[in-house]
Amino acid sequence: MARSVTNQRKALNTALAWAVGLLIFFPILWTILTSFKTEAQAIASPPIFLNFDWTLENYAVVQERSNYMRFLWNSVIIAGGSTLLGVIIAVPAAWSMAFVPSRRTKDILMWMLSTKMLPAVGVLYPIYLIFIRLGILDTRIGLVVVIMLINLPIIVWMLYTYFKEIPGEILEAARMDGATLKEEIIYVLTPMAVPGIASTILLNIILAWNEAFWTLNLTAAKAAPLTAFIASYSSPEGLFYAKLSAASTMAIAPILILGWFSQKQLVRGLTFGAVK
Amino acid sequence: MATQHSRSAARLMMAPAVILLLGWMLVPLTMTLIFSFKKYLPLRGGDLGWVGFENYARFVSSSAFWPAVSATLIIVGGVLVITLVFGVLLAILLDQPMWGQGIVRILVIAPFFVMPTVSALVWKNIFMDPVNGLFAHLWKFFGAEPLEWLSQASLQSIILIVSWQWLPFATLILLTAIQSLDSEQLEAAEMDGAPVLKRFWFIVLPHLSRAMTVVLLIQTIFLLGIFAEIFVTTQGAFGTRTLTYLIYQRVLESQNVGLGSAGGVYAIILANIVAIFLMRIVGKNLDA
Amino acid sequence: MGRITLDKVTKRFGDVEVIPPLDLTIDDGEFTVFVGPSGCGKSTLLRLIAGLEDVSSGQIRIDREDATNVPPAKRGLAMVFQSYALYPHMSVRKNIAFPLRMAKMDQAEINKRVEGAAAVLNLTDYLDRRPGQLSGGQRQRVAIGRAIVREPAAFLFDEPLSNLDAALRVGMRLEISELHKRLETTMIYVTHDQVEAMTMADKIVVLRKGNIEQVGSPLELYQTPRNTFVAGFIGSPKMNLIEGPEAAKYDAHTIGIRPEHIKASAEAGAWEGRVGVSEHLGSDTFLHIHDTGLGEAITVRMNGEVDFKYGDRIFLTPRADVIHRFDDQGLRIA
Repeated sequence: MARSVTNQRKALNTALAWAVGLLIFFPILWTILTSFKTEAQAIASPPIFLNFDWTLENYAVVQERSNYMRFLWNSVIIAGGSTLLGVIIAVPAAWSMAFVPSRRTKDILMWMLSTKMLPAVGVLYPIYLIFIRLGILDTRIGLVVVIMLINLPIIVWMLYTYFKEIPGEILEAARMDGATLKEEIIYVLTPMAVPGIASTILLNIILAWNEAFWTLNLTAAKAAPLTAFIASYSSPEGLFYAKLSAASTMAIAPILILGWFSQKQLVRGLTFGAVK
Repeated sequence: MATQHSRSAARLMMAPAVILLLGWMLVPLTMTLIFSFKKYLPLRGGDLGWVGFENYARFVSSSAFWPAVSATLIIVGGVLVITLVFGVLLAILLDQPMWGQGIVRILVIAPFFVMPTVSALVWKNIFMDPVNGLFAHLWKFFGAEPLEWLSQASLQSIILIVSWQWLPFATLILLTAIQSLDSEQLEAAEMDGAPVLKRFWFIVLPHLSRAMTVVLLIQTIFLLGIFAEIFVTTQGAFGTRTLTYLIYQRVLESQNVGLGSAGGVYAIILANIVAIFLMRIVGKNLDA
Repeated sequence: MGRITLDKVTKRFGDVEVIPPLDLTIDDGEFTVFVGPSGCGKSTLLRLIAGLEDVSSGQIRIDREDATNVPPAKRGLAMVFQSYALYPHMSVRKNIAFPLRMAKMDQAEINKRVEGAAAVLNLTDYLDRRPGQLSGGQRQRVAIGRAIVREPAAFLFDEPLSNLDAALRVGMRLEISELHKRLETTMIYVTHDQVEAMTMADKIVVLRKGNIEQVGSPLELYQTPRNTFVAGFIGSPKMNLIEGPEAAKYDAHTIGIRPEHIKASAEAGAWEGRVGVSEHLGSDTFLHIHDTGLGEAITVRMNGEVDFKYGDRIFLTPRADVIHRFDDQGLRIA
């Protein structure tokens, strides 16, 4: 029950909340604004907020000098590929757990989630070594596999919770209607679970896009995604704020937009259902 | 509730995920464990044989160890305190009736979606740069001497950056928890004569306690592993070398794999201790 | 053809035996109802026949062929679920066509059968809607349509009417009975509602804790219940069961007398009591009589309006020829 409050009280809430919201959002806003300034305006003292000469030059320069599109493409492949591969592996597993639970199901699920808590740095060298042996260091396929593996527990977990919401009787009906297991999953379960699968894909693309341990340590020039590209800016040469901002804006813009759609899934996916 | 047929199908379909994760966990873990008992210097002779627990002893007794522990504790602890305190306040604020609630929530959540390298870089240069950073301008405006943030107040700076990234996560989860609080409970307390602060203390906070625990545990696990933020800003200098970063340096920079692996085993044990508590809560909820 | 035989079938979930060894034959074309209180194992039994659960031991034969280990899809049975279990993302047409599509039937034949079923079930105008846009009764009919297009050896119904409101339930009851008369296919129907069992069944199977208490036609069960459980379960309002000295007069541990077999009088009779609540249904009136010294309140059914009021003194006389006698095990004494 929402209680009615006075407009005065509501105005106060609004002012306070907007102030805090804008404060938290300010670094992002400022980065976006700076990306449209010239380098001189970007470091002007005192700082210029809005009344500068808007320019798209920085974006052009970033693309031209560093071949931004290639890094973007690497990010797209790694985030998209790892998520897709993960979902393909996770759907059957989540089906099993949700619809044919056994006494061990819960333990398996918990164990899967606990692998997510393994500190990456603890297995850095073995993975590095394996990558060299297999010749997949600094390749997109190598990163697709690693990022898929670190997100697989979350994908399985999320799909499991969505599948649990589908009544088992409908799948039994399909079985009675003569559907094989494969047909049951393709024609009945998957279409019904589309919203859940979409949310899972969304959140995991975000997580994969922003992953910054393995992408930094297992790539060099060839397969580096945007995380690594941005990190390369950390050794500055001269005036570069505007270009840095342009590169940053391009790197975060797609995910910010996806992220706004996935607020609800974030809670479900990242707390493993411990908060409802 | 199923037939033998579907049970065997289920086992088969679970196999790829289970086998992959089992391999992903066991193979590198075993290798790390083996390396940790060896003198292993890939660039200086390679595998130089078994050394027992020497790496474990050396990792702990090295002069870098205790500073790394304290840096880790300060960063993790600082971020946890900031995100939990402000997370609760922000969640309560966002739960109030207001105009444009949806937009404000988006503004608050946005930092979580910024990739770690971007946020580290933006904070380092555009805000914390001692000459051109916004903070420098602000300090000068008030007539103060601009700070060299990442060297003079390195730990605080890292805490600020990481808190900014994780505050949205804490807020969002606590907000979800607050919204599940039955408003009749609060109204009943109001009827019973409890003033606002007492209602917060005796009803809202206890209701949030589990969500806060979950935030605490999940963030601890992720924060113990923060890497990109330090890699981009200080590279572990000025007292910001955390355990994770120390192990990373031992393994990849100085290529002392044996020593780094011993550190890795410590990190794994530490993370597992936190994970056990988290999994208990998760497990309880799975039953419900 | 659809003769279904269960031979020493048992079912255990872990250490819990939900169906002790059970034998049952359902003849071709018969409308059989499994009835019993919730938790009596009737749904489990249905799911065993469907193949959605494995039997722990024993054999299930469909048309003399061993179907014990045949997967549900291959048993030639169709099932209508309690929740209807319609595919929410498919139109009514696609829902009904689904089993045919799975059987790889050619499209022309599928269309013919779907439209035939839709015509029978008054669904023709709704073929292109989604289940979410239909009323409860319509959804029920789609579920039935999906079952009949397959021309199965037998239909299985799992409490199909429990999600409908009272008025619709009566209508659907008639429709299903009508369908059975027309198709003459074996139907097995699970319900906890003894009214549904009595009105629809050719044969009723009363279950309690996985055991078959009695099998027989509705009238057999009504007239000669094998034990006190069946006596109390079948019939509404319930049979009056009386223990103690009054039962001893009839050489029984318990006697049972149906409410319509008791004569009431304001002057004289075998038992004396006080009128409690009377329920007026128009055609009948049920009187609840207290303080008869026979244990629980006695229910009496009377025709039409009666002029007994709350608190009135009343005399009751049971019809001696229709008194049911049971021994101390609760079993009927012949």
